[in-house]
Amino acid sequence: MEGIKDKVAIVGMGCTKFGERWDKGVEDLIVEAAYEAFEDAGIEPKDIQAAWIGTVFSGLSAITLSPLQLQYIPMTRVENMCATGSEALRAASYAVAAGVCDVALAVGVEKLKDSGQTGVKGPSIVGDNQEASSGIGPSYSAPASFAYLATRYFHDYNLAPEEGKRLLARIAVKNHHNGSLNPKAHFQNEITVEQVMNAPIIAWPLGLFDCCGVSDGAAVAVVTRADMAKNFRNDPIYIKALQVNVGARQGAMMPDYDFVHIEENVLGSRKAYAEAGIKEPRQEISIAEVHDCFSIHEMIVYEDLGFSPRGRAKEDIEAGTFTLEGELPVNTDGGLKCFGHPLGASGLRMMYEVYKQLQGKAGPRQVKNPRLGLTHNLGGNAGTGVCSCFIVGNEK
Amino acid sequence: MVGITSIGAYIPVYRLNRDEIARMWAGRSVGGAKAVAGYDEDTVTMAVAATLDCLVGGGAKADGLSLATTTAPYKEKQSAAIIASAVDLDKECHTADFTDSLRASTIAVKSAVDAVKSGSAGNVLVTASDCRPGAARGTLEQVLGDGAASLMIGSEKVIAEVEGIYSVFNDFTDLWRAEDDAYIRSTEQRFIDEVGYMPTMQETITGLMDKHKLKSGDFSKIVYYAADTRQHAGLARRMKFDKEQLQEPLYDKIGNAGTAAALLMLIVALEEAKPGDRILFASYGDGSDAFIFRVTEDISRIQKRPILADKLEGKIAIGYGQYLTWKNLVQMEASTLPERPALSLPSRWRERRVISALYGVKCKKCGTPQISQIGQTARVCVNCQAKDEFEDYRFSDKKGKLFSYTIDQLQPTQNPPGVNGVIDFDGGGRMICELTDCEVEKVEVGMAVEMTFRKMFRSRGINNYFWKAKPVTE
Repeated sequence: MEGIKDKVAIVGMGCTKFGERWDKGVEDLIVEAAYEAFEDAGIEPKDIQAAWIGTVFSGLSAITLSPLQLQYIPMTRVENMCATGSEALRAASYAVAAGVCDVALAVGVEKLKDSGQTGVKGPSIVGDNQEASSGIGPSYSAPASFAYLATRYFHDYNLAPEEGKRLLARIAVKNHHNGSLNPKAHFQNEITVEQVMNAPIIAWPLGLFDCCGVSDGAAVAVVTRADMAKNFRNDPIYIKALQVNVGARQGAMMPDYDFVHIEENVLGSRKAYAEAGIKEPRQEISIAEVHDCFSIHEMIVYEDLGFSPRGRAKEDIEAGTFTLEGELPVNTDGGLKCFGHPLGASGLRMMYEVYKQLQGKAGPRQVKNPRLGLTHNLGGNAGTGVCSCFIVGNEK
Repeated sequence: MVGITSIGAYIPVYRLNRDEIARMWAGRSVGGAKAVAGYDEDTVTMAVAATLDCLVGGGAKADGLSLATTTAPYKEKQSAAIIASAVDLDKECHTADFTDSLRASTIAVKSAVDAVKSGSAGNVLVTASDCRPGAARGTLEQVLGDGAASLMIGSEKVIAEVEGIYSVFNDFTDLWRAEDDAYIRSTEQRFIDEVGYMPTMQETITGLMDKHKLKSGDFSKIVYYAADTRQHAGLARRMKFDKEQLQEPLYDKIGNAGTAAALLMLIVALEEAKPGDRILFASYGDGSDAFIFRVTEDISRIQKRPILADKLEGKIAIGYGQYLTWKNLVQMEASTLPERPALSLPSRWRERRVISALYGVKCKKCGTPQISQIGQTARVCVNCQAKDEFEDYRFSDKKGKLFSYTIDQLQPTQNPPGVNGVIDFDGGGRMICELTDCEVEKVEVGMAVEMTFRKMFRSRGINNYFWKAKPVTE
């Protein structure tokens, strides 16, 4: 099996400001992000030969892309829960790698704030068909489905609730700090550990600041063949690995699953490391954008992705390993927590940050001499999920 | 010999103290507490619990299941069939709803006795369940309570033989609830007592004793329905029953549970009965049915575990606000959280085995019990991937342990916060589900749980019944 490594490059990206974009519709968000990407790549819309759009709720079919007025080219909508934006990029990259087109577009968009409702709708059981639901799933919220991880993590590692929550709070504080340096982030305010600790409980043990933002936004990538990349720009970003790893509800149905790790994350990242030729992820990866939908998940991801030894994320959190100045900065743009989480856009938003960092264009958030960056999504939740784990680099 | 072969009962864990009601309305409390069905309980779910309790003790195959109630969740659609499915009875079981009268439970008992005597059925379950609506600030609001009782009527291993039955009907309008009435109406109490209840009960009980040439002194226990303790004591005085013989009506601890009330008293009497005891039992409602039960040696069989004795005291006291919410007596602020999609009836039908009796499957190749909660009845084993190599495996009767949990403040529930857990069943299998009847501060990893049939939510007028976990009641 050859893999995708160094066959495809990203030569242009765009990302809207995320947030409550009351005055902007899906079409505005798509146009805003796409035209930034076109300009970044130095291309015209007519140069796009095929396009993929990822959205979970904000439109059926690729006709959702009609605001771009692309003229009669192959276009497809993809959906894979929180990995939806990443799936659009994977599809576009595979098409280029297959040689069926030279320039492809990947769009991710979500307009969550048009629902008039608080929070995000979804099936009560991951994998259920909402339109044909027998209605027997528990009616708990998304935070609750991740809170199981925190309850069990605290239990297994003997963390008193106060102690565990304080640890998670440091993740939120870190991501808010990073978000405060990012003009495109939904939330741009610094917070303190005490604020996190005193915030209302949402789903015990998770409180308000353990949960990510519900936002509108879009992000777009232009991909081309690696050997053509320099025709577009001097600093293309090369794709090293595109792995998607999907569970089959094993954890939700089998008592041997421990609720302190996520198997999809572990296996997905290992496949990505193999595809990219990475042996020591903690040493080799310069920056990671991971799925911090809830603080506990970012903590578990440190371990699942091999950044921290199993059960020892605590030490790294306390040592500041994942801060902007740390050994392996994570969620430098504020993450889902502060940048926001428009489901279909998130994967490409993460790639936007990694892309800018690897090009040295991340402004006050710029990490030193990055070489390899990772993006990671987990759709679904503990028990069953859709994991995407992508790796890109600024050298071929 | 035809009679009762097993008994079962269910009383919700929640109690509303009558002082709390009196405080709300700045009125007078009659003292004690009333049992209140949880926000996710109704006549059907309580009946399922009582019937399962009866089957634990009995073990015989039921040929019939009759539900007696004045508060069926549907005006058109049988409740007994829902209950029979949930307790996993055979297809041939004859199901019936007996409704519209407080006497429905004893009418059903008499029919069951007749069916067994005639040979048309071997064993018939009679379950009475009620959660009657008393309007705010009224007498009935304090008096009425929620609960269910279940008897198995059969001819083998009888614990209390039916020695005689005597009935009268009486078209007397004392309590009524018409199609357009949300709450029970009643006429003047003095009129009810003097013209309705007292003479009817006297006529029936006297008629029964005359027919069988017995005197009240021949009974070790006298069990009869009354609207409240005052009326109960009034009849005892009128009939000159000895205090020692009277079965206390339980209204102080649980309230008047409608069609189930008299059966619950009978259950307490049986829990304490000795072989050879004669029990006089009479119901009331549009007339009266009176029975003579003779307790047999087999009574010891059902006295090995508490049936109702351990359920009389409530576990969780609720406030009047919770009561208003659960009984839908006030309109709550509409949620701004996303709504659940409407139920798919075809999907519910395909999943009926999972929904009704919580059936999963067990892999014949690797032996893994498993339950899939989404519209995908297992075809391929989650453990060994063998295809279509399953046998049915029932989870509703399995206990389990709480592997992890969360207390959800966002969950749409009439009893916030929502409690949810990952349940690992003893013997294998895992399910992520809602928990109910919890004292939130006592929920912890490792807690022992059992399954209970509850109402998840209503969708387009359909009660979405399914199973939740609850702490094991010790």
